[in-house]
Amino acid sequence: MAGILAGFFLRGKSKIIIIADRVTTGAICLLLFLIGLSVGGNEIIINSFAKIGAQALVLTAGSVSGSVMISYFVYVYVFGRRSK
Amino acid sequence: MRASLFIVFFFSAGIFCGYYSLLPSAMNDSALSIYALNLLLFLVGIGIGSNNTAWDMIKKNNAGILLVPLSVIVGTLLGAALLSFWLTGITLRDSLAVVSGFGYYSLSSIIITRLEGEALGVLALLSNIFREISTLLLTPLLVKYFGHLAPIASGGATSMDTTLPVIIRFTGKEYGIISIFSGIVLTLVAPFLITFILA
Repeated sequence: MAGILAGFFLRGKSKIIIIADRVTTGAICLLLFLIGLSVGGNEIIINSFAKIGAQALVLTAGSVSGSVMISYFVYVYVFGRRSK
Repeated sequence: MRASLFIVFFFSAGIFCGYYSLLPSAMNDSALSIYALNLLLFLVGIGIGSNNTAWDMIKKNNAGILLVPLSVIVGTLLGAALLSFWLTGITLRDSLAVVSGFGYYSLSSIIITRLEGEALGVLALLSNIFREISTLLLTPLLVKYFGHLAPIASGGATSMDTTLPVIIRFTGKEYGIISIFSGIVLTLVAPFLITFILA
């Protein structure tokens, strides 16, 4: 939340924003590297990686199809459009 | 797409180093990740706060446009809840937390790792990356059969950046604005919803 406030006051200052953007990318990479590090050291996760991948795929299928269905209703009934 | 490959690369490099114990175990200390996470949350906040388009759209306060991210939230949770009954070894609560990332894999996997441990964090990372990739691949089909809002819904939080170009390409500029708005709302909602579900 402090970040949103800071960002609001920094709106015009595009240079700072660009720097913040770059640092964000760096921070994300660092964090995922760290997560990967502890995952690699964890045998239980390594051994069940295929199972986790399959679960991930099912959850993705559920969330994508669910949100597409509901948005279709909004599209047809609220936006008043029909797909061709 | 390039950004996600980059992320997968760093994640895999981490797994590799961890698996073969290439780095001193002090690196594995979670205090380091907590500092990095706090920094990241602050930076993400700056990004959202400094986004002029977002403030303009919130000022206009169009009721119809608010329904788009709302329908994504409801649809995502419902769809995942239904399918999670099929899955063994994962609770409804954990499934809902994973999909509440809305494709925002970097932040959601990090928060979930902090709150629930690495196993669920990895699941969140994979599931949300799949969401982004499938949106990139399926957008033409989604637009054809389910209308112009479908890729925006499928993209979730990514519809404001990574999947935006392909969404605009197949739906048009006016949907680009809806797409950015929906993505921003979901990006904002995701960390709170995850924390709420896992609390």
